[in-house]
Amino acid sequence: MYWLSRLFRKQQTERELDSELRFHLEQRIADLVEKGASRDEAMRQARLEFGGVEAVKEECRESRRVHFLETLLQDLRYALRTMRRSKGFTAVAVLTLALGIGANTAIFSVVNGVLINPLPFPHPDELVALHESKLNFERGSISYPNFLDWQRENHSFSAMAVFRNFGFNLTGAGDAEQVRGLFVSSDFFDVLGITPALGRTLERGEDAIGGAPLVMIHHGLWQRKFGGSADILGKTMTLDGREYTIIGVIPPVAGLDRGFGVNDVYLPFGQWNNPLLPKRTVGLGIHGVGRLKPGVNVSQARADMEQITRGLATAYPDEDKGIGATLVPLRQQILGPVQQFLIVLLAAVGFVLLIACVNVANLLLARSSARTSEFAIRVALGASQSRLVRQLLTESVLLAAAGGALGLGLAAWGEAALVRTLPDTLPRATEIRLDAHVLVFTMLISLLSGILFGLAPAMKISKSNVLARMRFGGLRTGRARNRAQNALVVAEIAMAVILLASAGLMIRTLGHLWTIDPGFDTHHVLTFGLSLPPSMSKATPQSIRAAYRQIDTRLASVPGVEAGSFLWGAFPLQGDDEALFWLEGRPRPSSPNDMNWTLRYVVSPDYLKTMGISLLRGRFIAAHDDEHSPHVVAVDEVFATKFFPNEDPVGKRINLDDGNDHSELTEIVGLVRHVKQWGLDSDDTQALRAQMYVPFMQLPDPAMILAGQGTGVAVRGNGDPNAQFDSIRTVMRQMNAEQVVYAPRTMEQIISDSISTRRYSMFLLGGFAALALLLASVGIYGVVSYVAGQRTQEIGIRMALGASRMDVLRLVIRHGAWLILTGLVIGIAAALAITRLMATLLFGVSTSDPLTFAAVGLLLAAVALAACSVPARRAMRVDPMIALRYE
Amino acid sequence: MSANDTKAEFLKGTLDMLILKIVALGPIHGYAISQRIQQISNEFFQVQQGSLYPALHRLEDRGWLQAEWRATDTGREAKFYALTRKGRKQLETEVRNWEQTAAAVAMILSTAE
Repeated sequence: MYWLSRLFRKQQTERELDSELRFHLEQRIADLVEKGASRDEAMRQARLEFGGVEAVKEECRESRRVHFLETLLQDLRYALRTMRRSKGFTAVAVLTLALGIGANTAIFSVVNGVLINPLPFPHPDELVALHESKLNFERGSISYPNFLDWQRENHSFSAMAVFRNFGFNLTGAGDAEQVRGLFVSSDFFDVLGITPALGRTLERGEDAIGGAPLVMIHHGLWQRKFGGSADILGKTMTLDGREYTIIGVIPPVAGLDRGFGVNDVYLPFGQWNNPLLPKRTVGLGIHGVGRLKPGVNVSQARADMEQITRGLATAYPDEDKGIGATLVPLRQQILGPVQQFLIVLLAAVGFVLLIACVNVANLLLARSSARTSEFAIRVALGASQSRLVRQLLTESVLLAAAGGALGLGLAAWGEAALVRTLPDTLPRATEIRLDAHVLVFTMLISLLSGILFGLAPAMKISKSNVLARMRFGGLRTGRARNRAQNALVVAEIAMAVILLASAGLMIRTLGHLWTIDPGFDTHHVLTFGLSLPPSMSKATPQSIRAAYRQIDTRLASVPGVEAGSFLWGAFPLQGDDEALFWLEGRPRPSSPNDMNWTLRYVVSPDYLKTMGISLLRGRFIAAHDDEHSPHVVAVDEVFATKFFPNEDPVGKRINLDDGNDHSELTEIVGLVRHVKQWGLDSDDTQALRAQMYVPFMQLPDPAMILAGQGTGVAVRGNGDPNAQFDSIRTVMRQMNAEQVVYAPRTMEQIISDSISTRRYSMFLLGGFAALALLLASVGIYGVVSYVAGQRTQEIGIRMALGASRMDVLRLVIRHGAWLILTGLVIGIAAALAITRLMATLLFGVSTSDPLTFAAVGLLLAAVALAACSVPARRAMRVDPMIALRYE
Repeated sequence: MSANDTKAEFLKGTLDMLILKIVALGPIHGYAISQRIQQISNEFFQVQQGSLYPALHRLEDRGWLQAEWRATDTGREAKFYALTRKGRKQLETEVRNWEQTAAAVAMILSTAE
């Protein structure tokens, strides 16, 4: 490498350049002397002809390409010296940048973990989530027989599988506990491309109903319960009282938890002893996943599936009429809901960085004025304009690099906090870390911001004639010189407006959501899961009912419990369950799709009291509505208006289908308030909103056998929910050591979690907006005081000519107010356009909410004016005599 | 623009070519090149050293000239420039371009009359 060796031969090159030019001069002098000039005169003329030796040398150096590196080193050394000389400036600039870059790095690392890293499965783009589309549900549950037909008849998938989550009572391995499991069909792990850490996964056919009881356990449970022992294979474990042979250990694959829930055990689908499983019409919460054959795209697969579902609708008109298949790329299904949220955050944090850059640019601009003479001297010594620009850019990139390094530290620290507080709805939070992508990102944005904020002062240098300025000394040349600074302040105020408006809209959204009445009283309600002893799984419906009656009595005796209810089927904000019916006096519809659908809550008589739901008419379920008495239900307002418009539903009767080709004539005995089942925000727009309450004790026998595994429970009580749960656990354990209560959550937590993404955006946007407001105030303070300082002389003259202190105050404030106003106008216009990005995050406020925008405008104006008032007061106190003598 | 400025601008574009042409006659040092240019051009061009030396360094950097320190007639050490093979090709190209441009300009001037 010629240029490299020359870089190290730099000194020699310098010497040679020197000798070459000296030779020229001496030769010229000799010539002139020969022509008859005196030696002194010859020297004078030769020098005059030659011009500035240093300038020529510099130009010669410039003409060599290797110069770039040499200059860079030289510039870096110079920049470091400059930074050391002005420690205060450097500290402020680096800290500002570190805040901006750090915030960006932290948010980017989340985005990187969540959006950019592909799903950690082989060929993730081939993976498709499968659902049944049906009445009321676009992404509905797939019936098991339909799945088997899809699997057999399709030509688009190399493999297809279904899964269904389930809770199991694990006994015989230490304390009895509730574990989470997934029923999977045999191809499940093959579809995802997951190979077991130990042993094997399922063979084709092992998922059949009545197959051998096999289980695959997750790495976590394997470590926790079996100490990671390798001879676990072939041993048995007891789930819900049944023995399962362990055949494999599933490795910890992050994508598995994200897409399918955190599960401890995986069981063959056929092990689900649900009598409804072989029915084509029921919705049991079964969903699917498939891997497309190479070269087949989603729309081809959709067309294929449509043909299959049409065929099934013809073959089974009663069951499959109107049933289709919904195919969603897995990536879209998992990431869809959070994509927007993260993009909004990334945009917001980008604005923070821009504002930080603007501030540093302003600092640099102010400083570059102070450095005029330094630049002039360098120009006089032969530095070209481009050389100065490069020097300035080197300095700013160096500043940015320092800011970036510090920012990375801040990000590492901030990220830990970020991940801890990340809402559960955000997938793959476990995969967030500072990896190579993030480091490259930080380097790039540091470099870019260095160039960005270095550009303004550099351009100013390259435009103005530095020499001319030096000649004129301290004479200030008026307003035009501050145009760049003013523009930058206007820009940062505008950006702060955008951030404040976004944060304001989120605050309004949250405020709105909190005031929404969910239809029940969220306070003092504790919910938890209850799992009966495994022995109950073989019990008769009668003994299950007896066990529940006993539990009910014991629960009521727990101190502090005011009311309690079992809660099976649907669960407010948590899970849905449907019942089908038709009105009395009408023929039974042939297909379930022609029946009426309603949400079904299976509850105890005290449910209304527990949840604080008000009764509107008639009566609620009572203790005497049991397995021996006529069937009754209570319904909600939506149910009443939908099925009995302009009629009183109380006293009407319906035929309630039990899913087993059997129905029960049931009387509606009461009308209650509607509960926001689907969440505070989206309940109004859902298709299925009618609600029906069924007495727990009147569950048909097949369903009661299922309920024998366990149920949800809600209790109302005063006092600490944790302590209450502990006493409940103690009482339940006393009844039977294998009777497990688990997953305690208060209704307040459930509500709060349901809006966690929004709350999280509000906190982050609010934080960024506060940071933006702070930086923008510092920015406007800096510029207004700088300009006021420049005008000291002018102010002195004005005061000498009779201007009052108030006039001076007005003069300075006017400058600031003009900047603020311009920034506000531009910012509000931009915010109106940009907040549309976050439309889906908002609820109950329009993206152009006048109240928010007015409040933001006022807040910013107030803070910014306060920032201006400091230099304005200072200017007011200017002593005309001192000011005039100044300079 | 004054007449001198025009000449300077004009020279800048052709300086490289002139230098290559002069060096093509045999190895020569910077001072001699500046003298030669003035002699050849009948004092029409005033080559500023400020332009000559950066040009020499640029041409050397591009590999068109090769420099060597050797003694002059008077026994002093000086940096002599010689044309490289690449430099000769470059000179040919530049001369050809120049002739074409000159011919075109001449044609336009004659037809315009």
